[in-house]
Amino acid sequence: MSAARPIATTRSATGVPTGRLAVWWVVASEIVIFGGLLGSYIMHRLAHDQWSVQSAHTNTWIGAFNTLVLLSSSLAAVLGHQAAERGDGPKAARQLYLTMLGGATFVVVKAFEWTHEIHAGFTITSSTFWSFYYTAAGLHALHVIAGVVIMGIVAADAKRNLELHRVELIGIYWHFVDIVWIFLFPLLYIAK
Amino acid sequence: MADHAHPSSHPEHAEHAAHEPPNYWRIYWLLVGLLAVSVTGPMFGIKAVTIITAFGVAAYKAYLVAKNFMHVSTEKPFVTYLLLTVVVFMLLFFAGAAPDVMKRQGTRWEKPEWVQAHAEALAHPPAKHGEHAPEEH
Repeated sequence: MSAARPIATTRSATGVPTGRLAVWWVVASEIVIFGGLLGSYIMHRLAHDQWSVQSAHTNTWIGAFNTLVLLSSSLAAVLGHQAAERGDGPKAARQLYLTMLGGATFVVVKAFEWTHEIHAGFTITSSTFWSFYYTAAGLHALHVIAGVVIMGIVAADAKRNLELHRVELIGIYWHFVDIVWIFLFPLLYIAK
Repeated sequence: MADHAHPSSHPEHAEHAAHEPPNYWRIYWLLVGLLAVSVTGPMFGIKAVTIITAFGVAAYKAYLVAKNFMHVSTEKPFVTYLLLTVVVFMLLFFAGAAPDVMKRQGTRWEKPEWVQAHAEALAHPPAKHGEHAPEEH
C-alpha cells in the first residue's frame, strides 16, 4: 500500500515534507489575505477617530470568551499532535474532536453575537466600520468552519491509526486561524 | 500501511520527534493570563497602556502560538523565509496605500476637498433621535 504513495509526497527539495510544505504555503497565502484586510482596517481606523463611536458597540466580553475558546482549542490541537507523534491515533482523534468542539462553540457564539448586533441595527451596510467588522470576522469564521470540517476527516482516519502525520498538518492551519483571531480581537473589540 | 500507523517512521514526523516538546499546558496558561491582561489593560483608560496591553500582548501571544504550537522555531529555515517574505509584502502594501488613506496631501498630490469635507461631516454627525447607528462611510 505504501508503495503506491505518489512520488510528490516523498520528495523534498526544501527539506520540508511535501504535505507540511503545502500547509505552510496555504498559511503564507492566508497571511496576505488577512494581512491586506487588517492592514486596510488599521489605516482607515487610524485616519477616522469617529469609528470609535461604532466600535464602542462591540461586546468585549464575548470577544474575550471566543479568544479563550480558540486558545483552548489550539491546546487540544497541539496535544493531538503530540499523541499522534507517539503513535496513539485514538487519543489524537479525541483531542481533534475537542478542537472541533471549540470551533463549533466559537461559531455558535458568533452567530448569537451577530444576531444581537443586527437586531440592534448594526449591519454590514451601516458604516465602514461595520463593513470591516463583518467582513473580517465573517472571513475568519469561514476559516473556522473549514478547519472543523477538515479536522473531522483527519480525526476519522486518526481514530484508526491512519495518516497520523495529518494531525500536525491540520494543527498548523488551526493555530494560524487562532493567531488571526488574536489580532482581530484587540482590533475589533478593544480599540474603542 | 505500516508507515501510516507509526508516525515516527514517517518523513513528516521524523525530524520533529527529535526535538523536546515544550510544556503545552504551561504555554496555554501563559496565553490565558495574557488574555486577561489584554482585557483589563484598556480599563485604565490610558492610551499608551491600552496600546501595549492590547496590541503588544497580541503580538506576544501570536509569537508564543507560532513558536510553541506551530513549532516554527524547529522548522526548516525555508518556512521562516517564506513567512517573512509575505509579511514584508504586507508591510509594503501598507506603506504604499496608507498615505492615500491617512494623509490630506503629499509632495505632488492633494486629497480632493469633498473627501475631507465628508470626513469632517462624519466627525460631527447630526444627532438624530432614536437612531442606533449613525451613517458613516
